[in-house]
Amino acid sequence: MATQHSRSAARVMMAPAVILLLGWMLIPLTMTLYFSFKKYLPLRGGDLGWVGFDNYVRFVSSSAFWPSIQTTLIIVGGVLAITVSLGVLLAILLNQPMWGQGIVRILVIAPFFVMPTVSALVWKNMFMDPNYGLLAHLWKFFGATPVEWLSQASLPSIVMIVSWQWLPFATLILLTAIQSLDSEQLEAAEMDGAPPIKRFGFIVLPHLGRAITVVILIQTIFLLAIFAEIFVTTGGAFGTKTLSYLIFQRVLESQNIGLGSAGGVYAIILANIVAIFLMRIVGKNLDA
Amino acid sequence: MGQIQLNQVTKSFGDVQVIPPLDLTIEDGEFTVFVGPSGCGKSTLLRLIAGLEDVSSGMISIDGADQTMTPPAKRGLAMVFQSYALYPHMSVRKNIAFPLRMAKMDQAEIDRRVEGAASVLNLADYLDRRPGQLSGGQRQRVAIGRAIVREPAAFLFDEPLSNLDAALRVGMRLEISELHKRLTTTMIYVTHDQVEAMTMADKIVVLHAGVIEQVGSPLELYRNPRNTFVAGFIGSPKMNLLEGPEAQKFNAKTIGIRPEHIGISADAGDWEGVVGVSEHLGSDTFFHVKCDAFEHPLTVRASGELTMSYGAKVFLTPDQAHLHRFDDQGLRLG
Ligand SMILES: Nc1ncnc2c1ncn2[C@@H]1O[C@H](COP(=O)(O)OP(=O)(O)OP(=O)(O)O)[C@@H](O)[C@H]1O
Ligand SMILES: [Mg+2]
Repeated sequence: MATQHSRSAARVMMAPAVILLLGWMLIPLTMTLYFSFKKYLPLRGGDLGWVGFDNYVRFVSSSAFWPSIQTTLIIVGGVLAITVSLGVLLAILLNQPMWGQGIVRILVIAPFFVMPTVSALVWKNMFMDPNYGLLAHLWKFFGATPVEWLSQASLPSIVMIVSWQWLPFATLILLTAIQSLDSEQLEAAEMDGAPPIKRFGFIVLPHLGRAITVVILIQTIFLLAIFAEIFVTTGGAFGTKTLSYLIFQRVLESQNIGLGSAGGVYAIILANIVAIFLMRIVGKNLDA
Repeated sequence: MGQIQLNQVTKSFGDVQVIPPLDLTIEDGEFTVFVGPSGCGKSTLLRLIAGLEDVSSGMISIDGADQTMTPPAKRGLAMVFQSYALYPHMSVRKNIAFPLRMAKMDQAEIDRRVEGAASVLNLADYLDRRPGQLSGGQRQRVAIGRAIVREPAAFLFDEPLSNLDAALRVGMRLEISELHKRLTTTMIYVTHDQVEAMTMADKIVVLHAGVIEQVGSPLELYRNPRNTFVAGFIGSPKMNLLEGPEAQKFNAKTIGIRPEHIGISADAGDWEGVVGVSEHLGSDTFFHVKCDAFEHPLTVRASGELTMSYGAKVFLTPDQAHLHRFDDQGLRLG
């Protein structure tokens, strides 16, 4: 009796949060779906009625669609590869006892606190500017012609900027994971004749498996939607138009809400495909 | 082969010297137990021998060769850790095979040795499980298996049984002793449990604050403790160490008498006292007797048949032939 009572009480108490969350998710989703079947041009006549799957067909058949998917995947894949591998390396370094450990750790985490827009601006103007950027000076110092990063190597540049932002996150999670490794396991492996490289491969890396999985999953969710970094640096030019950027252009630059909404639905589908793939590949690390 | 020799070995952590200069020889094939209270440096000493810690000074030689600077893997020693230190993501088979794989042994030989170890240790049915799916005793056996497949010159055990329950501990104690008889490989075994030390050792090394108090066979230590520390540490229940005028009668600062060497009687004897708590073990009964002559109560062993009620007046008589005398420094006299 008491338990039934408390259970219904718990339901009532949780209801506001659940309803809020549902509303938060469901309303935009339904609206996106709703608009995606309409011809809706706010500045050119407003709601022009239902058009069925027209928007979906137009969005896919636009010449920008497939390149944008490709760009999105390159950025996500590139950033994941860089942050995970450098993150493991940094975590191992930061785990070594050294002088000034606390300060170094805070410094490493710092980029995460910088807003994406700001960090992109800093990179664009202070580092990558071909005239007075730091990298340009470096190039000139060695007598080379400065690279126009954001036009000549636009995609790698963006991958670099985004990696710089996400590296602290990866490092932090991997560092806590590495700290939970039983040092006796490493000593046992040392006595068993495993040199440092093998201790890393056989003991440390498997121990980090779960943390790496978490890093990959969380980062993927956020990386699929990066926007500010592209908006601020290249504005989608030079082959840096991701799916989310393409949607932004359709909605705001072309003022075509219906078309943009259809793109949004494609983005949801892409995110789910990627998520399912990742779950398949790395998800088995999460159980056991 | 596996003779281990420590020569003036010291170890300091920062300014703290944990092991003052220490000499010790462990003969080939011997089962040596390091015993001592918590924090006395047993693990440190074992880790020095293993090479997991570097000595601050001194020399460690194995089979006559100086190995002070040799990395742990090259010393040919195998260690069983207190936490077992199994590799959690590898099956039991892979765990046991790991040192062989690192030695780049061929697969047929690895399989043969792993199967051999598994059958010796009753692990054959568990080879494909992960360590997380095993009981404490089974994990312990996997850790031992991983050590024996290497066929090391000596085994090092750091309190391997301290995570097991009492019954299992007795069982594993026998198994390890049996393993030693069969392999006849040198074993160094660290424990703070003097019962383990007494039952398993060929040679006991009693440590106290990094200093070796005494080295000898279990019975040697039991019969002829070199000082009051060893006297109090070896034997359960502890030896009664008594001071005061009664001790001076024997020309000693302290006298020691084991619970089984005291006669207890209701009518007559040397020391008069009052019975406190009695502990009935069935076969024996231990009486805690408060005597006026001594500050602390004495423990007396009597046959399990004897009953004495709390508060009863009794007389105790020490067996003079088994009385130990110690001087002002706590060293044995005569
Ligand atoms: N890495 C270290 N740094 C500083 N001091 C240490 C270190 N390792 C051990 N010590 C000190 O050395 C002394 C001996 O430690 P050790 O671990 O050898 O004790 P032990 O005899 O194994 O005790 P226990 O029975 O509790 O395991 C202790 O006082 C401990 O504080
Ligand atoms: Mg210890």
